Order: sequence, then C-alpha cells, then structure tokens
Amino acid sequence: MSGKYVFSTSVCRLYQVEYAMEAIGHAGTCLGILANDGVLLAAERRNIHKLLDEVFFSEKIYKLNESKSRYIIYNIVETYGIPFLPSHRYLLQYQEPIPCEQLVTALCDIKQAYTQFGGKRPFGVSLLYMGWDKHYGFQLYQSDPSGNYGGWKATCIGNNSAAAVSMLKQDFKEGEMSLSSALALAVKVLNKTMDVSKLSAEKGVYRDTCIQSAWSMQHMQQC
Amino acid sequence: MGWIEILDRAEVVTDKHHIRGSTGGGEIRRAPNLVPLRITCLPNDQDKMFKLSDKILLLCVGEAGDTVQFAEYIQKNIQLYKMRNGYELSPKAAANFTRKNLADYLRSRTPYHVNLLLAGFDETDGPGLYYMDHLSALAKAPFAAHGYGAYLTLSILDRYYRPDLTRDEAVDLLKKCIEELNKRFILNLPSFSVRLIDKEGIHDLEKLMPVGAK
Repeated sequence: MSGKYVFSTSVCRLYQVEYAMEAIGHAGTCLGILANDGVLLAAERRNIHKLLDEVFFSEKIYKLNESKSRYIIYNIVETYGIPFLPSHRYLLQYQEPIPCEQLVTALCDIKQAYTQFGGKRPFGVSLLYMGWDKHYGFQLYQSDPSGNYGGWKATCIGNNSAAAVSMLKQDFKEGEMSLSSALALAVKVLNKTMDVSKLSAEKGVYRDTCIQSAWSMQHMQQC
Repeated sequence: MGWIEILDRAEVVTDKHHIRGSTGGGEIRRAPNLVPLRITCLPNDQDKMFKLSDKILLLCVGEAGDTVQFAEYIQKNIQLYKMRNGYELSPKAAANFTRKNLADYLRSRTPYHVNLLLAGFDETDGPGLYYMDHLSALAKAPFAAHGYGAYLTLSILDRYYRPDLTRDEAVDLLKKCIEELNKRFILNLPSFSVRLIDKEGIHDLEKLMPVGAK
C-alpha cells in the first residue's frame, strides 16, 4: 500500500484507516445503550430490495454466546466469521464463556495488526459489542477500524452518529435507565437521526428497525 | 516390574471449605527383585502443593520432574491470566485449563505423567475439588485420593463423608484416613501436611502424625 504511511513534521496519518472510518459514517446507523438491567442494541436495517429473501433474522446483529453472556455485534462490512474464533477458543480452553473485554481486546488486536503489518487494507468495520459477564456485569463496547476500543454507557456508529451521540448525551440518565426506558430512548434517537419521513406511524416503509436486547429478543417492526 | 513409588494424599471437601492432606515426605522406592537390594527412606519436606492463586491449590504427583514442570507451567499461566486481565480464573476454569493442557501434551511426543488434585474456592460456586489423572480425565468430586493410599482411604471417605461436614469434622475424617493408612498400609508415612481453603484463602493447618509412627 504505497502512500499508506505519511509522515509529516507533526503527525503520522494512516489514510487507509481514516478512509475506512469515513466509509462507516455512510453505513446504517446503530446505537447501543447500557441500562441497569440490560444492554440494548438498535440497528437500522436497510432493505435493499423488495425481492431479496430474508435469510437472517438480522443481518447485522450476531449472537456469539449463549447462557449468561451474549455478545451481539454490529457488523457494517466484513467481519462475519472472525469474532467466533476467539470466543470459542476461550470456551474450549476454559469451559466458560469469554469475558466481554477479553473478546473485544482479541478482535481489536486483529484489527490493529492489519494497520501495522501485512500490507493489507484495514477492516472497514466498526463494532458495537454488548454482553454480560460475572466480572463487570452488563457492558457495552465500541471499536473502530484502527483497533481502538472503549467502554460506553451509550454510543452510536454509522450514519448521523454524531447527532445521535449528542442526543444520547443529553437524554441518557446515569443510573436510572431501565431496559424499557432505554428502548424508548433508542427509538427516539433513531427517529431523529434516520430519515424521518421513512420511519413513521403509517404502514409501508422502506426501513425497519430491529432491536435486540441482551436478555430478551424482541423484533420490533415499526410501521 | 519397575520401581514402586508411593506418594499419598487424601482430600476432603465440605460445604464450607476444603481440606487436603498429603504426605510431608515419605518416599520409598523398592527394587524389583525378590530380595530388596536397596531401601531408601527419604523423609524430606517436599511440598507437592502449588499455589495457583489466592484461593486455588494444585496438588501434583507422579513422574519425578514432570510434576514440578507441569505444575509450575500451569501456575505461571494462571498468574499471567491474572496480570493480563486484572481478575483471576475461577477454580472450574483453572481445572479445565489444566485438563486441556494435560490432554494436549498427552497426545504429543512428550506427555506429562502426573496425577492432580485441584482445590479452590469460588465466590459464587463455593468450594470445589477436581480430580484429574494422568490421562487427563477430569471430575469434580466431594473427596478424592491418588496413589496406593487411595485404595484404602476412598472407602473410609465413602463411609463417613457427608456433604454438610464442618471443618473440624472434616479434619477428623482426614485423621481417620491417616489412621487407616497407618494400620493397613505397608509403608510407613511419618507425616502429613494439611491445607485448608475457604473464602478467606489458603490456610496451613498443623501437620498430622499418625499415632504410633516414628
């Protein structure tokens, strides 16, 4: 990748990583909210074609683990199979579900490696991870193509994510969010940041929102 | 027939805590011929118990050298986990990790010939005892023993163990086992070191000397 590393007097920039992060800004919105009794992920689903057959329950949210810890990741582009490997390798060795942060770290190490050696382009993927483990309870993490990650109380990635994050910042109530109020907040934020005309009370819309929480699977179709 | 190696330990688990006993020394080897050529009694204070974490103990016996190598390898890996992640492995996870390692090495050119007992206290699950043999079979058990002494002590434990033993009753049960060994076992095992694990951690109890032993 010629031109991958650009050194100027003051800053070293990895353009491929920046392009990847910018590309993610055009993808469907996904937001996550940490509540007292659970974690919530809400993702915008763009139905590309009316004739396209629904195979997956959701094409963007995946469950990695059963029984106590569930990790559901929001995939924008291309890391479908990759999270399963670290999580099941851990399960094979310790006979216990992998703690959340260890999974996040494992994946971020992979993503970071692609920005440093190998000569391949970085993964164009931002991920939201939600799960539960006995060490830290309910958790929400976000990682981006650079391999950076952080733990969040509420965050958003994708289209209009900045607007969503500022809304969440105003409306998120520390310590007082229950799953149902988180759900309401998620819908409210998505309503503002997605194209409003297409998400409305009338029937027949182009976009569905699919919401899955850590403990209860609710497929909510907003018509 | 090869050398006979006797290493005895017995372990008792109660609802509240664990007690494990093992010989403080007493390793006796006997040559294969009918007339024993050499009998060496080496009472040393070799401690066969390895502390994997604040609340997990590993008792490792078997082939000379293999025991220490394998036990230390597991011990350092468990400590590495704690350093990397900030929290410790639970006893169940540690036992399964040990088992997986033993199993992998078993199917290589360099197997470890060791028998293990792993004891630990978990915040949520309480005390747990895991029996593992050199073929990497893992079982969670209320009580366990390895070696020739097992033939004698397991029946005592079967008879007198109850899930609701108190700590003193458990120590008494251990004493019963040792009395049985003293009475019926051909070898003289002079002393047993005893450790207890409860929610506060690992405690050394007083050494047990069978009555009538030298």
